[in-house]
Amino acid sequence: MTGRLSALWTLLRGDGQADRAVPPSGFTARLTVFTAAAMAFLAVFALAFSVSSGRLADRWAQELARTSTLRISAPAVEVEAQTAAALQVLEQTPGIAEARALTEAEEQALLEPWFGPDLPLDALPMPQLIEIVETEAGYDATGLRARLQAEVPGAVLDDHTRWRDPLVDAANRLRTLGWAALLLILGALAAMVTLAAQSALSANAQVIRVLRLVGARDSYIARAFVRRFTLRAAAGAVAGTAAGMACILLIPEGPADGFLTGLGFTGPGWLVPLLIPVLCAVIAFLATRLAANATLRSHL
Amino acid sequence: MIELEDVSYAYGGDTLFADLSLSVQPGSFLFLTGPSGAGKTTLLKLIYGDLLATSGRVALFGQDAAEMSRDQMALTRRRIGVVHQDCQFLDHLPVAENVALPLQVSGRADEAAQNLDDLIGWVGLTRQANQTPPQLSGGERQRAALARAVITSPDVIVADEPTGNVDWEMSQRLLTLLVELNRMGKTVLIATHDLNLIRAAKSQVNAQLLRLTRGRLESGVTL
Ligand SMILES: Nc1ncnc2c1ncn2[C@@H]1O[C@H](COP(=O)(O)OP(=O)(O)OP(=O)(O)O)[C@@H](O)[C@H]1O
Ligand SMILES: [Mg+2]
Repeated sequence: MTGRLSALWTLLRGDGQADRAVPPSGFTARLTVFTAAAMAFLAVFALAFSVSSGRLADRWAQELARTSTLRISAPAVEVEAQTAAALQVLEQTPGIAEARALTEAEEQALLEPWFGPDLPLDALPMPQLIEIVETEAGYDATGLRARLQAEVPGAVLDDHTRWRDPLVDAANRLRTLGWAALLLILGALAAMVTLAAQSALSANAQVIRVLRLVGARDSYIARAFVRRFTLRAAAGAVAGTAAGMACILLIPEGPADGFLTGLGFTGPGWLVPLLIPVLCAVIAFLATRLAANATLRSHL
Repeated sequence: MIELEDVSYAYGGDTLFADLSLSVQPGSFLFLTGPSGAGKTTLLKLIYGDLLATSGRVALFGQDAAEMSRDQMALTRRRIGVVHQDCQFLDHLPVAENVALPLQVSGRADEAAQNLDDLIGWVGLTRQANQTPPQLSGGERQRAALARAVITSPDVIVADEPTGNVDWEMSQRLLTLLVELNRMGKTVLIATHDLNLIRAAKSQVNAQLLRLTRGRLESGVTL
């Protein structure tokens, strides 16, 4: 690996004269720069997508994992007794850290977004809500349900898992998809640079022949091509990454957990996309080197 | 320093020459003649490692050409300056850079400055130094090729028809350059049809004559 790195360094320091040995090829050069720019642009989005869905998955999993709700719907006269019974059952259940009946004001606050602040709560048959906070280990939901059914007939346990799991699952899958897309983009870049390098190598077969006849080693000849493609890919990727990051910055801000408005990077996370040009350069370097070595080995 | 033992070469089907042996001694001055199509260029290509013998052994500076790694072959080629019959330039670079190319690829670019101008002057290309090879006449290209062959002061100089397109006066000038290098101890091997050139050389150095005809190499030939 250090060998590779030092080869990369020698390469970037450059040998202008070796570069001149290979004639400039305007069109493939521009194509390589464009391809690298487009791929880097896409890579920024794939990365942002991945990072954001990962963040969402983590947040949802964390927020929802430790709480559940017990709802008591009973004739008004029984509510108080059943609530007390339920709290007693919960207190005795292992895995429950805390159980607390919500006050009327809290329930009103919960409903406010849907019904407005003037809701006459007393006039409605409101179920009593009990908020349950789990311990690290969690409780046995099936066992708890069975006990509640026997002792508190009006209680319904809502442990959120019904809808929490698929959401967290989906976010996790989106994260994986994002990484896969990123890999595919980089793979496509490698393939395109290989093709461009191969076409440059075969277009310059006569140049390679002359260089070999005057005693140039393979490494000298390869360097001229590799340096060129690495620099082109790096230049394109810098431009593409900058454009991609600018576009993500321009996405309007919204609530932090909104999926679309939350697309992007936070804090030091903004440094991560800066790795994309480096990665593109390394990929171009390796792809061109492989192509050049294979081509040169096929010459005498 | 260059040994061919029972060497044969065939392009595809038919054998051009077989069981050919040759020993080139350091400091010798050799001419290779023979009818067109006899295989002179092919023989020279075996000597500078552009082709590998179909059978037999070609040893360059004591190393078997067929067993050399690619890097070893590159290093060997640096010790042999070649004037190719078809010149072989980088057409996008000016003549001066083409002449300096052997120094360039062997990491001796800094040596170029001193010798380059003198050498280009000697072969009469000062005015054309910044033109590209396709802009030169046939004779000018051959002169540039000779300059490139000797720029590194290699141990062996192999020239394939170096005076084919130049006038008598210029061919004498180029010969003088090769004779000077030979006097400095370099080995010179020239393929040519030009009998006058051979005669002129014989009057200046102890030149030997080889003739390749019908797949056989005759040595010690007299004019
Ligand atoms: N690449 C090739 N493929 C097939 N045949 C070839 C190739 N190069 C040369 N030949 C054949 O080999 C024979 C010898 O060619 P070569 O160039 O060695 O001759 P030469 O003695 O140098 O001739 P000249 O004096 O005209 O330069 C010729 O008949 C030629 O057609
Ligand atoms: Mg010939």
